[in-house]
Amino acid sequence: MAELKLMKGNEAIAEAAIRAGVDAYFGYPITPQSEVIEYLMSEQPEHRTGMVVLQAESEVAAINMVYGAAGTGKKVMTSSSSPGISLKQEGISYLAGAELPAVILNVVRGGPGLGTIQPSQADYFQSVKGGGHGDYRLYVLAPASVQEMADFVDDAFEMAFKYKTPVLILSDGLIGQMMEKVLLKDQKARLTDKELQERHGDWATFGRVGGRERNIITSLDLQSEKMENRVHRLMAKYKRMEEEDLRFEKIKCDDADYLIVAYGSSARIAQKTVDLARAKGHKVGLLRPITLFPYPKKELMEMTKQVKGILSVELNMGQMVEDIRLAVEHKVPVEHFGRTGGIIHTPEEILKALEEKIIKG
Amino acid sequence: MTEEIIIAGFGGQGVLSMGKILAYSGIMQDQEVSWMPSYGPEMRGGTANVTVILSDERISSPYLTIFDTAVILNQQSMDKFEKSLKPGGTLIYDPNGISHHPTRKDINIYRIEGSRLAAEMGNTKIFNMVILGGFLAARPIVKIENVIEGLKKSLPERYHKLIPLNQEAITKGMDSLETVQTI
Repeated sequence: MAELKLMKGNEAIAEAAIRAGVDAYFGYPITPQSEVIEYLMSEQPEHRTGMVVLQAESEVAAINMVYGAAGTGKKVMTSSSSPGISLKQEGISYLAGAELPAVILNVVRGGPGLGTIQPSQADYFQSVKGGGHGDYRLYVLAPASVQEMADFVDDAFEMAFKYKTPVLILSDGLIGQMMEKVLLKDQKARLTDKELQERHGDWATFGRVGGRERNIITSLDLQSEKMENRVHRLMAKYKRMEEEDLRFEKIKCDDADYLIVAYGSSARIAQKTVDLARAKGHKVGLLRPITLFPYPKKELMEMTKQVKGILSVELNMGQMVEDIRLAVEHKVPVEHFGRTGGIIHTPEEILKALEEKIIKG
Repeated sequence: MTEEIIIAGFGGQGVLSMGKILAYSGIMQDQEVSWMPSYGPEMRGGTANVTVILSDERISSPYLTIFDTAVILNQQSMDKFEKSLKPGGTLIYDPNGISHHPTRKDINIYRIEGSRLAAEMGNTKIFNMVILGGFLAARPIVKIENVIEGLKKSLPERYHKLIPLNQEAITKGMDSLETVQTI
């Protein structure tokens, strides 16, 4: 039954995973995402839906459990925070290479290294430009509210199975730790073995039912021509993602003279800046990429016909700003503002940066 | 209507749970709410604060540095948050342990002797509910019946027997708020 609750982002995504009919979760605790596994452990979903929840001995073990379970066609996910996501990168590259569906949540904290447990968006490059080795991309969703933390579980699995690819939900300590009102969806049933065979029997490895041909899951192709074909197949999927599953939101952009681009928690904070700026008479809009890959490149180029400058607001020292500059091909000035190390920028600080770097009197 | 609130004090005073009950009360009257704690290595005895926003509209930033109302429960928080109130804002504080009282002239100031009243009621755990009562007397932004509904939602069922005690503490707080200055 659908239900309205006050939850932390981390709890909401855990509850949404149970309700989405996820078959298994493998993880390892790390602040600021530990509530995900804590919630799942306390809810004991094995009694609700039969979902498996397992605390692995390490992040590396968890992602390889995901690899194994994803190969059987099951809906499987893991979560961690920045240092733990770094550990998972080998497995993520293998998932992409072997074309397996899986959902990975990163509740980002400040880095590099062990860094800090406070919120950050410094894993943007890692998320959208590889992270692991090889020619691959992840479909990356960036929630900006507790509601989206919950809703994106279903969306992420839909994309993961549509494209047979790992999907990353890129959150951060702010969205993970804050509580908001969240409408939880009805419980979805997990797939039965029969349904799973019908839907995924052409690729998944769950035993050779009915003497069918062997399905092989691997990311290894020692013949270069075959490997090149495999990579071309991946690239065709990424192109299709750009055409069919790009997502973004425009806030107060219709009459905007200046544009802020921000995702996730920064988009929430920058939304307040938009209101503060408009109260001072500056017509400012906000473009919020919801998918970070694919990225709203065309939309940004389109906005250059209208706005005089763009400010990229990120909780890092300037990562997404590079993608904005590539997208707009120097048609308008693009600057960056951000705090890092776990410091969260305030709406007023962003306004000051906007006035100094973009509006300029 | 949008109310941007900071509740700040020591860890263990029930700052976060008071914020949670307030947020749930907002949900009970169909408002948008957000609850953003300062999380981190703070343990019992350290400082804890939470930003709570109740609004009739979609909430933009859950993280703020300027507030309509501050509920201040120790000296460090007074030093940090008195200056963060908007002109015309409201400061509610427990004078217990406060050596430097608020001095601003452009805000409303109220006192609520939460520590003393909770001790008199024989249960220091209801301190935060006394404070919540004081808050509600100064800023009646949520209806008391919605607060009780919020309590029911945020407390596990096994603690529901404590709701009458909490309600009593809220009433005590509402009746005991002292006005220092209004503008």
